[in-house]
Amino acid sequence: MNVFDQWRNAAVAKPLAESIRSIAGERPIRIMEVCGGHTAAIYRFALQRMLPGTIQFLHGPGCPVCVTGTDFIDRAIAIARAEKTTVASFGDLIRVPGSTLSLAEARAAGSSVEVFYSAMDALEWAVHHPDRTVVFLAIGFETTACTIAAALSEAVRRQVKNFRILSAMKTMPGALHALLSDSRTNVDALILPGHVCSVIGSQPFEFIAHELRIPCVVSGFEPLDILESVRMLSCQLVEHRCEVEIQYRRAVKPSGNVAAQQIMEQMFEPVDMTWRGLGSIPASGLGVRREYSAWDAASLAGKTAPSKEPPGCRCGDVLRGSIRPEECSLFRKACTPDRPRGACMVSSEGACAAVYQFAGAEDEH
Amino acid sequence: MSTERITLAHGAGGESMRRLIRELFREAFGSPELQPLADAALLELDSRQAAFTTDSYTVKPIFFPGGNIGKLCIAGTVNDLSVMGARPVCLSFSCIIEEGLPLAVLEQIVQSAAEEARGAGVSIVTGDTKVVARGECDEIFITTSGIGVRPFGKGLSTDGIKAGDAILINGFIGDHGISVLAARGNLSMQVKAESDCAPLNGLIESILTESAGVKWMRDATRGGLAAVLSELAEDTPCGIMIDESSVPVRESVQAVCELLGFDPLHIANEGKVVMVVENAEAEKILTVMKRDPLGAHAVCIGEVTEDSTGIVRLKTPVGTVRRLHRPAGELLPRIC
Ligand code: SF4
Repeated sequence: MNVFDQWRNAAVAKPLAESIRSIAGERPIRIMEVCGGHTAAIYRFALQRMLPGTIQFLHGPGCPVCVTGTDFIDRAIAIARAEKTTVASFGDLIRVPGSTLSLAEARAAGSSVEVFYSAMDALEWAVHHPDRTVVFLAIGFETTACTIAAALSEAVRRQVKNFRILSAMKTMPGALHALLSDSRTNVDALILPGHVCSVIGSQPFEFIAHELRIPCVVSGFEPLDILESVRMLSCQLVEHRCEVEIQYRRAVKPSGNVAAQQIMEQMFEPVDMTWRGLGSIPASGLGVRREYSAWDAASLAGKTAPSKEPPGCRCGDVLRGSIRPEECSLFRKACTPDRPRGACMVSSEGACAAVYQFAGAEDEH
Repeated sequence: MSTERITLAHGAGGESMRRLIRELFREAFGSPELQPLADAALLELDSRQAAFTTDSYTVKPIFFPGGNIGKLCIAGTVNDLSVMGARPVCLSFSCIIEEGLPLAVLEQIVQSAAEEARGAGVSIVTGDTKVVARGECDEIFITTSGIGVRPFGKGLSTDGIKAGDAILINGFIGDHGISVLAARGNLSMQVKAESDCAPLNGLIESILTESAGVKWMRDATRGGLAAVLSELAEDTPCGIMIDESSVPVRESVQAVCELLGFDPLHIANEGKVVMVVENAEAEKILTVMKRDPLGAHAVCIGEVTEDSTGIVRLKTPVGTVRRLHRPAGELLPRIC
């Protein structure tokens, strides 16, 4: 018996799925999840197959690698070309196609690109390579941003001057506001990102239930968590309630993690941010605070030519939940995780990669 | 002339590597023995059945919990021969060493290799040494080749596989990949994982001696269990059904995988053999496996099915069924 078994148990899952069936009845329900971890779990455990066909999952802009724009990749490649400069990146990001190259291809052609699992590791690397400028590609939502804030604060404390941050960090509430108030978005209920909420709490999402009248549940990432969340959402819909409920109680409080929020506030400030698929959204990103501009790589990035999206790639539509990955004509043909054409095929949390890796032709409608 | 360059994905054991091997190497070399692209080539030398294989080792770091590059390069080549039903006899040992490597480190690696070879009952009969300037390789790369004889004859192929056959594995998966990853020291977490790196020739030989029920086997190295099963499914006129709950995964390995978004079924092993066996012989073979410490946690993880030909299906712990694909994209470079 392994600690994961308690959340992955068929004996609990089956009756849970049954109760969803009896609560929801024939009612069509479109549920959007906005965290790549949820997308991956839904496919990995084939949860759709336990649920009535009337309940549909839509995958929103929840994979940090996927929502990072092509212009950011282009700027990172331009920076990596500079003398004595190393670009430090999370692993998946280096395979995202830019306008002409990916960072992995730039590395194969001679640029210095190093992969790290955390910003703190990249900072240590910078300390050990004082002759190089190390530019950390900061992507991710609040979950990752607070760890990057901690690394930046450490760099400032130790005065590590060869470490810099190029930010594409994003905040979830503003982006959801933009997406859900768009009349083209057709969503009945929302699964809120458990990890993001463990940092900022569930309160910043209250407006979705109250202003936009969409029921929300903060969910954990195990299959039983997700099924339980679907049950809670079905109840809200049937009972005409619109609330932000927390299913993921073992990790999330309404007020979140105050210490993590404080360090982000100390190091970063809200900036306008470009999201792949959603365009530029005011104050939906985090930039390095002006007082720490010595650690900001934004000034290093010279002008690059206007970015080009990969021809035929429909990542933008996938990220808005307006098409399913299989509806892109490149899916599983010209675009595979091995040779991704678009960002959504790169990370295991990307919707296209999740469908590719876990679904069979029989699941691809 | 293509302008494409080699990227790490070409060495990751996934789709890009398959394409490179099939479209470049197999095309260019063309020999019939290479065609099956198996772990070792089956040859007839002077009317004796033999097997021949080669493998290069670039693991980083060169020392990791449970082994080092010296132990690995013997175990890996011994296993490539053993899973083809061959008894490994002798090996070569060639190394490319980076200038500046401490002699004591080299001694330790060579001692491990020697010890491992003695334990596996194989001799190292030839070798080569090259030293390159600092920065031109990373510490040490080793290539071993091996020759084995085949006392058990042909027998092992996907031809005899039929619906109902059982699929066995000799223990926990993912230990090697995760222990090497953790040893790189960039995980920022404490991981209790030790590589399963070990020569399996003893285990395999006892099984082949005591039972004629083994139809096919492979060691689940790069690409993990998923890659081996996909290869199996593509080579048989049947389907494969795996029960995920029965696949042994240590909690520590599972935890790292969950955190980093890896699937343990995709992670490399260096001491795991997957066998397709006749159903009636499965219990007996499991008993033989369990007698050996390298098979203490052996289990049946699934079966061959009549339907869903050519694909691997997996029953998830919540009871749903989905497809299992081979891993794609760059997973973990320099894992072996
Ligand atoms: S299948 Fe590939 S090209 Fe199509 S939307 Fe997804 S990532 Fe983009």
